[in-house]
Amino acid sequence: MEHTSLLERILRGIALTLVVVFFMFPIVWILMMSFQTNETILRIPPQLVFKPTLANYTALITGKLTTAAGTLDIAFMRNLWNSVFLSVTSVAVALLLGVPAAYAFARHKFRGSEDIAFTLLSFRFAPALLVLLPLTLYFQKLGLANTYIGLIWVYQLICLPLILWIVRGYFEDIPADIEYAYRIAGHSWFATFRKIALPLAGPGIAAAGLLAFIFAWNNFIFALVLASADKQPVTVGALAFITSSGIQYGQISAAIVLSITPTLALALYAQRYLVEGLSLGAVKG
Amino acid sequence: MASLELRNVVKRYKSQTVLDNLSLSVADGETLVLFGPSGAGKTVLLRLVAGVIDPDEGKIFIGGEDMTDLDAEFRGVGMAFQNFALFPHMTAFDNIATPLQAKRSSQGAMKAGVESVAKLLKIGHVLSHKPRALSNGQKQRTALARALVGSPPVLLLDDPLRNVDAKLRFEMRLELPRLLADRGATVVYVTQDYKEAMALGDRIAVMSQGVIKQLGTPEQIYREPANIEIARLFGDPTINLLDVKPSRDAKGIYVGLSNVQVHLTGAYDATVGRDCVIGLRPEALRFVDEGTPAAIPVTVEAETPLNEKIVTLVRTVRGREILVSRPAGTPGQTEGRANIAVDGKSALLFDRASGDRIGSKNVVNLRSGEAA
Repeated sequence: MEHTSLLERILRGIALTLVVVFFMFPIVWILMMSFQTNETILRIPPQLVFKPTLANYTALITGKLTTAAGTLDIAFMRNLWNSVFLSVTSVAVALLLGVPAAYAFARHKFRGSEDIAFTLLSFRFAPALLVLLPLTLYFQKLGLANTYIGLIWVYQLICLPLILWIVRGYFEDIPADIEYAYRIAGHSWFATFRKIALPLAGPGIAAAGLLAFIFAWNNFIFALVLASADKQPVTVGALAFITSSGIQYGQISAAIVLSITPTLALALYAQRYLVEGLSLGAVKG
Repeated sequence: MASLELRNVVKRYKSQTVLDNLSLSVADGETLVLFGPSGAGKTVLLRLVAGVIDPDEGKIFIGGEDMTDLDAEFRGVGMAFQNFALFPHMTAFDNIATPLQAKRSSQGAMKAGVESVAKLLKIGHVLSHKPRALSNGQKQRTALARALVGSPPVLLLDDPLRNVDAKLRFEMRLELPRLLADRGATVVYVTQDYKEAMALGDRIAVMSQGVIKQLGTPEQIYREPANIEIARLFGDPTINLLDVKPSRDAKGIYVGLSNVQVHLTGAYDATVGRDCVIGLRPEALRFVDEGTPAAIPVTVEAETPLNEKIVTLVRTVRGREILVSRPAGTPGQTEGRANIAVDGKSALLFDRASGDRIGSKNVVNLRSGEAA
């Protein structure tokens, strides 16, 4: 049994509170801002007590932004949909390509397999801006600029290496004997992959998919350069709130709240899964 | 049913040769035990037969058919792994049913098949459990059931009793021979336990460093081990090994043990004057009364009563320690001075330099494979 004195517990409580306040403050502040008008936000000193308004959310959902200079159309809901569509599709494609590839890298050591796997990982080393210029030129030639297909393709730079490397570790953790046993029982290698390897690597695949989703969702630079307004995700769409008549802090905050809600909900729901999954893959000897 | 044959099989990993030009044949319905220390290549050999790894050279025949290039699922063998290799996400029932599933058996046939083999192995009550909820013994039986359920003509058992407790191992050692005989399958059984090897094998192949050092019946391996290493591996308590230099007198070849001449029976003429090692099984030594011809005086150092036998450690006048084993309940010296007699017929003589037994006809010709 562990005995802790009252003082110890109080100090621990204070320390924990400090940490939580430190990390939660920006989110709480943004949440508060999203219920205020620009005037109350910009008041000095800032007020903790205010009359909440839903105007920011209404503006986002109806798509009509009322500023001092007049009414402005914004495509926030469109952007949100783009984010969902791009992230989900990219992760789906990355899973479809990455999981079998990860299995191949884990189970079959062929000539150059390590090099190929490393090259795929190195996509994540290159600064996005470095890749973007040539990519933009190619995309314009190929007619892929400003298309969903083009964006999903580029998003593979984010998702595929992540999924490939995490899932590969999981496949390597499955004892080969288990798969051998299934083969010897009379099943084909494909059945073995489907019925043994996939279910056993399931938590890892889920964790990798989730992480890839978050990365894809948070991506800004690829969509900024390669897509125009109607294909852009929320991360880029939020730029629209910097208008000629000033920065719309209230709407930006509301947009942030709306755009982090899906990932936050997903992360909270799968938190245990995610931590377990990622650390399991990590402690492999 | 099917026979099994490996012809000049070579397997290398990087620069290391794990199986070195190995040939072996197992008759239809025979149980062959592969015995040897870790790293001898036993498991690799099983995997080659199962088809999960490919040989670098050589051919593998099952039932007379060349299976060398056939994938594992087409070879029709059953295999039980040392680490069980159960599918952790399936129940014991589904685990056992996998070979039947592969044959596209009907639901009814599958249920009947699994249940009959489960009953045989006494795991009928845990079929709905996942492997994680099974005890080691149940896991081992589940793995065995999975290997048996499809009635494969060739069964490969990779040290299936390695990871179970001593009591269960003893039980299974008694049960397995009957079980295997009932199946009529050709069995290759890997073990590191000499008792298991003796109990289960029609023949034993003693492996070491990728080659078969000796192939023979349990009796042959025990009575006529090919070399010192094998003599030492088989037998509990371990064989007594003493350095000797045989000489000749009117009565034949003899060795001097504590200044007593012990005459040997056998064709040992060529050993006169050579450095040899004599191997004396502890049970071939007897306590005798003082004055018996060729009795060796010793001092009793310690006595260990095991259930069915008593093992006595004695010391000769030259200070060499010898183990004597006698059945429990038979008379013997428990302390002080004693005399032991050596049965010259059962003594084994080895060449000290090479370790090979002298007069051994049973040594496998390492290059050409087959045993004499």
